[in-house]
Amino acid sequence: MTAVAPSRSAAAPASPVTGSVAGRPRRHGVNRRGPWLAIVYWVTIAITLVPIVYMIVYSFNDAPTNRLSFAWNGFTTYWYANLVNVSGLGAAFVTSVVVAFLAAIISVAIGLPLALALERYRFPGRGVVNTVVFADIAAPSIVVGSASLSFFLSVGLGTGFLTVLITHVAFDVAYVVVVLRARIAGTSRALEEAAGDLGATPFQAFRLVTLPLLAPGMLAAGLLALAMSIDDYVITSFVAGPAVTFPLFVYGAAKAGMPPQVLCFGTLVFAVGLLVALLNGALNRRLARTRG
Amino acid sequence: MSAIGVAPGLGPGGPGGSAGPAPVRRGRRRSTPFFLALVGTAYLCVFFVIPLVSGLIVSLMTGNPDDGYTFTWNFGIYGSLFVDPQVPYLTFLLRSLWYGAAATIACIVVGYPVAYFIAFRVSPRWKNPLLMLVFISFLVSFIIRTDMWAFVLASQGPVVTFLQGVGLAGKDFHILGTGGAVIFGDAYNDLAFMVLPIYAALERIDPRLGEAANDLYAGKFRAFWHTTLPLSRSGIFAGVLLVFIDSVGDPVNSALLGGTNTYTIGQAIQDAYSGNQQYNVAAALSTVLMVVLGIILFIYARVSGTDDLEDLV
Repeated sequence: MTAVAPSRSAAAPASPVTGSVAGRPRRHGVNRRGPWLAIVYWVTIAITLVPIVYMIVYSFNDAPTNRLSFAWNGFTTYWYANLVNVSGLGAAFVTSVVVAFLAAIISVAIGLPLALALERYRFPGRGVVNTVVFADIAAPSIVVGSASLSFFLSVGLGTGFLTVLITHVAFDVAYVVVVLRARIAGTSRALEEAAGDLGATPFQAFRLVTLPLLAPGMLAAGLLALAMSIDDYVITSFVAGPAVTFPLFVYGAAKAGMPPQVLCFGTLVFAVGLLVALLNGALNRRLARTRG
Repeated sequence: MSAIGVAPGLGPGGPGGSAGPAPVRRGRRRSTPFFLALVGTAYLCVFFVIPLVSGLIVSLMTGNPDDGYTFTWNFGIYGSLFVDPQVPYLTFLLRSLWYGAAATIACIVVGYPVAYFIAFRVSPRWKNPLLMLVFISFLVSFIIRTDMWAFVLASQGPVVTFLQGVGLAGKDFHILGTGGAVIFGDAYNDLAFMVLPIYAALERIDPRLGEAANDLYAGKFRAFWHTTLPLSRSGIFAGVLLVFIDSVGDPVNSALLGGTNTYTIGQAIQDAYSGNQQYNVAAALSTVLMVVLGIILFIYARVSGTDDLEDLV
């Protein structure tokens, strides 16, 4: 906080509006800041971290039984060494990862053209499609889940892996469209038009110019879809049938007594996610520096 | 069309290469958005819109798990669930709305200062890292983090033990199993959905507006109240929408952090489907939930003056 303060107060007089009234004491009210906002922020972050710290610490707890215990019995890596020793846990995790990757890829493939249509064209029915995409994000999971199950029951499609994948794509598509629309809106059409002027067919222009330009956006949209899918419990609980995903397994375990390996999986996923986030941040920073 | 001047030799193969193909191209252009939107729209229609409608249809069926269900226009189910019912679904619904409203308010009270801090009080290079920190809990499975709270808030857990230790709480004091714990869990899990849209709205505000308000002798508070807050209203609206809808329907926080007196409509829908296989009851409850949420949010949109929902997408 203190490190930030000088740079801002130094920058303020440079702004054209305040520059003319630099002598007025009242103006300092704008930049004077109590510590309250910083305190609220850091307390909130501290509370956010509580369950994460709990998860990591107790994944190393030497619990006497194969059930999670919050009495500390000493440090062990036993649960990590016996990660897949719990029947069903490893399979559930694999199922979740497979569903998430497939759902992410399919929803980007479906969502990209839809996002292009919504962002770049005015056509009859556009408003309706917009509303459907919005409703898909806004609708409560419990309603989407129960409605999807009603639908699968009505058409006689047995629930299982396929229905989980279908439903995950259905909610992923909306997030993908929103992310990609924002990226498309920020991408100039000039390059595409230049490609057209140089004799490229619309398809060539799309493949050789638009697609590479949107690749980072597609990756971001895909990662969001992946994250939404891999963590979904409520909708999946309706349409899974005999299929078991990681959140379904954890929920069942949470009610019946949780094997410590669940926390190990959680910790490993957290570590990988953190690594991806940090690498992404470092990459963006480097890109910004080379461009700036 | 500048291609005409640049590459006259391209012939019919190049778009706009001669005067002839131009109308064809325009015709193709008009159909382009339909081709682009076709697959996505069809998918959403079949696997999102039609299921919502089929939920309504299933709610009008009668039958039982053993003999199956048949469609009988049974509108009476809606009355039987809420007027003099065997199970107090109306209580569950009102309780869920209360939990959702309380969690939403908690998210605004905490999320607004957090978003404000990131938007206005840190140097640009720290904005993204600090925003990412708000989202860090998303790297942990929703069920795991909620279940960790169940341990933290339990009667033998650190919070209750500490409060009893310093004499702030009596022997019978507990947090887990109360409505407060459920509201806390809802708010905890949804906070980022409030922070992000408010932050996005605050980022769009020109900081010179606040300075101008100060130059016009508005105090700190009035400058905030008359410039910053109105300009961030769209962000608050989007956040309220996301948090309220998600926490009203959520069955997980009330199941893991609540007790027998915190049973919500989300749990009722889930149990009717998976536990008792009363498909018609579950479908009717979720239809009611959706309609009630729709009405509340429509009124809220009207009152808050945000009617351009498309802006939010």
